[in-house]
Amino acid sequence: MAATQEEIVAGLAEIVNEIAGIPVEDVQLDKSFTDDLDVDSLSMVEVVVAAEERFDVKIPDEDVKNLKTVGDATDYILKHQG
Amino acid sequence: MAKIKPGKGAPYARILGVGGYRPIRVVPNEVILETIDSSDEWIRSRSGIETRHWANDEETVAAMSIEASGKAIADAGISAEQIGGVIVSTVSHFKQTPAVATEIADKLGTGKAAAFDISAGCAGFGYGLTLAKGMIVEGSAEYVLVIGVERLSDLTDLEDRATAFLFGDGAGAVVVGPAQEPAIGPTVWGSEGDKSETIKQTVPWTDYRSGEVAKFPAITQEGQAVFRWAVFEMAKVAKEALDAAGITADDLDVFIPHQANERIIDSMVKTLKLPESVTVARDVRTTGNTSAASIPLAMERLLATGEAKSGDTALVIGFGAGLVYAATVVTLP
Repeated sequence: MAATQEEIVAGLAEIVNEIAGIPVEDVQLDKSFTDDLDVDSLSMVEVVVAAEERFDVKIPDEDVKNLKTVGDATDYILKHQG
Repeated sequence: MAKIKPGKGAPYARILGVGGYRPIRVVPNEVILETIDSSDEWIRSRSGIETRHWANDEETVAAMSIEASGKAIADAGISAEQIGGVIVSTVSHFKQTPAVATEIADKLGTGKAAAFDISAGCAGFGYGLTLAKGMIVEGSAEYVLVIGVERLSDLTDLEDRATAFLFGDGAGAVVVGPAQEPAIGPTVWGSEGDKSETIKQTVPWTDYRSGEVAKFPAITQEGQAVFRWAVFEMAKVAKEALDAAGITADDLDVFIPHQANERIIDSMVKTLKLPESVTVARDVRTTGNTSAASIPLAMERLLATGEAKSGDTALVIGFGAGLVYAATVVTLP
């Protein structure tokens, strides 16, 4: 069953927490991965791969650079999830 | 049809000795910061690199190889005349022909050893090792010298903030010889030419010669794509190499991945779920990325510092431009 927006944000929060050590409550739709959450370009790849597994979605390299905020990633997953 | 007699090779092959050469000049991040807008903290956090070695005019590809090989031959306890093959993996020897391997073989005093260069980027050591093992088991040579050598500083764009800090120079060599027990596992290797744009030389030499481009060619890469492939695809290859050797991560003493970037190494260790007891090579911190030379250089350092010891079981994996990769389990010399 497809995940809801709320479930995706919660899932991303857990992933970001595990990879960058950011408290889950800080991971909000309007937060920028690099500027607000200390997720650099390489950690972002780890976040993306973990999200792919969790939400059964493919996020190609060329799309990763467009995912600036948690909201961008959430929208992408909502639209592309299997 | 005449019957052809097969060669009389050794039952197995093993690495008998290792040697390395690092150029005299140590280049700290401060020097890199003279040409790019970045910071020491940024470089360290993205790559783990603190310093690298850059070769001077005398430290040529041949000269560095001869130094490293001399140490490997001494470590193996053989003499140069016993070597029947010299394989050099490099992408930064700027004289196309003849192969630099012939000069190295001659100056080392190997006599008339078969000598040739290969081009397999950062997987070059594994490719060379696999060829050497084949030559020994098949009977074309008793001892083979495998050299990884680079002067990547010559192929570095010092104004590219994504790569200027990455590359270093150096040579690593191993002597491979006969063994009575298996000491080099099956190689899991391959190529993915559909990803050739991910790591590449900016332009062909001929474009530079014709004046079509003013800037000397350099190596560029798509950082995120390389990172994803190196960590997640190569972890699968590493696992296949363990399976092929009939061991698990718990049997490993040492992990020597290509020293591309410490972040890649960290993520690979995590993805492979390597036990804490496994010693992980982190030579990249003070050597940078030396492509084909990185695995033998890291191996030599681990043995020299006592972090690893002779007889340890090590997983080695190289991956890079091509894209190409090669992984195998070896017993350390």
